[in-house]
Amino acid sequence: MARFSFARFVAVMVKEFIQMRRDRLTFAMMVGVPVLQLVLFGFAINSDPKSLPTAVHAADPSPFARTLVSAMVNSGYFDVTRGADSPAELDRLLAEGRVQFAVTIPAGFARDLQRGERPVLLVEADATDPAATSNALGALSTIARQALDPDLIGPLAHLRSTPDPVELRVHRRYNPEGITQYNVVPGLMGVVLTMTMVMMTALAVTRERERGTMENLLAMPVRPFEVMLGKIVPFILVGYIQVVIIVLAARLLFGVPIVGSLSLLSVVLVLFIAANLAVGFTFSTVAKNQLQAMQMSFFFFLPSMLLSGFMFPFRGMPGWAQAVGEVLPLTHFLRIVRGILLKGNGPAEIAGEVAALLAFLAVVTVVALKRYRQTLD
Amino acid sequence: MTGDAVIDVRGLVKRFGTKTVVDGFSIRVVRGQIYGFLGPNGSGKTTTIRMLCGLLTPDAGEGTCLGLDIRRQSAAIKRQVGYMTQKFSFWEDLSIAENLDFVARMYGLPDRRTKVAAALERLGLGNRRAQLAGELSGGWKQRLALAACILHEPKLLLLDEPTAGVDPKARREFWDEIHRLAGDGLTVLVSTHYMDEAERCHAIAYLAYGRLMTQGSVEEVIATSGLVTYEVGARGAGGPDLGHVAAALRDRPGVEMVAAFGARLHVSGGDGADLEAALRPWAADPGLLVRRTDPTLEDVFIHLMNRSTDNFA
Repeated sequence: MARFSFARFVAVMVKEFIQMRRDRLTFAMMVGVPVLQLVLFGFAINSDPKSLPTAVHAADPSPFARTLVSAMVNSGYFDVTRGADSPAELDRLLAEGRVQFAVTIPAGFARDLQRGERPVLLVEADATDPAATSNALGALSTIARQALDPDLIGPLAHLRSTPDPVELRVHRRYNPEGITQYNVVPGLMGVVLTMTMVMMTALAVTRERERGTMENLLAMPVRPFEVMLGKIVPFILVGYIQVVIIVLAARLLFGVPIVGSLSLLSVVLVLFIAANLAVGFTFSTVAKNQLQAMQMSFFFFLPSMLLSGFMFPFRGMPGWAQAVGEVLPLTHFLRIVRGILLKGNGPAEIAGEVAALLAFLAVVTVVALKRYRQTLD
Repeated sequence: MTGDAVIDVRGLVKRFGTKTVVDGFSIRVVRGQIYGFLGPNGSGKTTTIRMLCGLLTPDAGEGTCLGLDIRRQSAAIKRQVGYMTQKFSFWEDLSIAENLDFVARMYGLPDRRTKVAAALERLGLGNRRAQLAGELSGGWKQRLALAACILHEPKLLLLDEPTAGVDPKARREFWDEIHRLAGDGLTVLVSTHYMDEAERCHAIAYLAYGRLMTQGSVEEVIATSGLVTYEVGARGAGGPDLGHVAAALRDRPGVEMVAAFGARLHVSGGDGADLEAALRPWAADPGLLVRRTDPTLEDVFIHLMNRSTDNFA
């Protein structure tokens, strides 16, 4: 072996620096990924979500009820976004995911309270994501116990003592035991599909360019849409295989309840898979080589994973992060898959999310077809 | 020229950024001709071919390819043109038969299986149909690419340096095949760096730095070049060293280039009188034989290359 040569070592190092500088995208990624992670982890993520949307059905609009509700709001965890006229409406709001909590103040609440009969305060939580609700529910018992204290004065002062003046009844809907897997495993379906579908298509098309076969393809009488569709459909099938594996594992391995219709899910899946494939295809029209395609996929995957509500409660994020999250197809798919599997959502309840997926797919497909060139210009 | 023009383009211009890669290019190629495209690397041969088959849009210029407008009807042109790229561009992870089958489907050929089987038979690859294209040697890849390009029976074949890196025997066979195809009425435009291949073309065009320098048959190109060439050879043993002669000659006015061919030098220049004057001291040397000769195609091309301005420098 020759001796270590400092000059040769420097030569290799200088060459690496030059190549790094030439590959702008890689360089941007090296700087961009840490910045992205800092922003996402540092600012967007919050495992103690506050101001969760809450619907209140007050059958007895007494001052006591108002006091209780405002105490809940004051705790910071609850944000009363709407009133409901009936328990059925509360049900619907929960099923559609419009609110995280539904509070029912029963008829005769004030009367029962004053008689010391401990009226029931019913709080129903959408517990599909236990992490989103647990802190709020934890704070609830203290709120119920102490909120009424200032009102319980004079002859009512004896009601302050234990037991609590109201009976707090909490229903963790859809996931009564608060099992994290119920939330994570269906969500994983969306994450796995996002990761593989985007990357696979991005690579499949970029590979044609890298190997020079694209020139050949372009010289043949084939239309861009034919290429795109032909490239995408095989991966839709691969996506379905992944889904079958995950659904089987969810049912058999993790005991996740499957309340809704699997056929409805499989219809929506086409949309979601196609949306991701279109993203991958668009990346491939930008990326110069397979490495860049990988990097771009990663750049898409990271926010998808963190801002969609998969890892951290969606409602815990600041407004801007939620806005970004709303753009990502995974966000909508997570709501759909959790809605169908855990809540038993039907077509009507997921219509809004499906519309969002459709819009995303339409926009990205147009971009992909515009970017895909039939020439080498 | 007689006959119907398969390619008839005028004033083609292509720029990439600020660089003009093809500058005012015009040619007319007649049916059944083999038209050679020559020129140094980066002279715009590939770009021109790509413009002809619709892979690139010209920035200026107009014309027809197979009677179809190259700007507006590129989709229709693609159906009738076979384009063989410089680099092997079929799918290396598909087998020979799968590649041909894919191409047949792309052109929507009726009777696909029969056509693919016939192509495999012609190639002599019937028994290796399942072999991956990536495992083929350079010569076989080139034959596969040609077979795939003519599968849809195009009227025009565009070949971009088809024989680069292929051994002489395979090259010879390739050109025999090209002549057979041209005999059947196919028009062929082929770019090459090899002079022997240029001489097998019916007509040639020489491009340098995006400009068409000359065109015509090989004889016409040599005749119109105005180049004068002398051969300087050693007369017997003990003459002056040809290497020194060449070095001395290069600096003389009137001498444009000196190329050594074994024990002979080709000394060329654009002006006969100047060249003769430059050679006079050596013509008198009894150890040397100096006589006028015909310039070769290569002499002409290097002469043209020296004269053209290099806008890439």
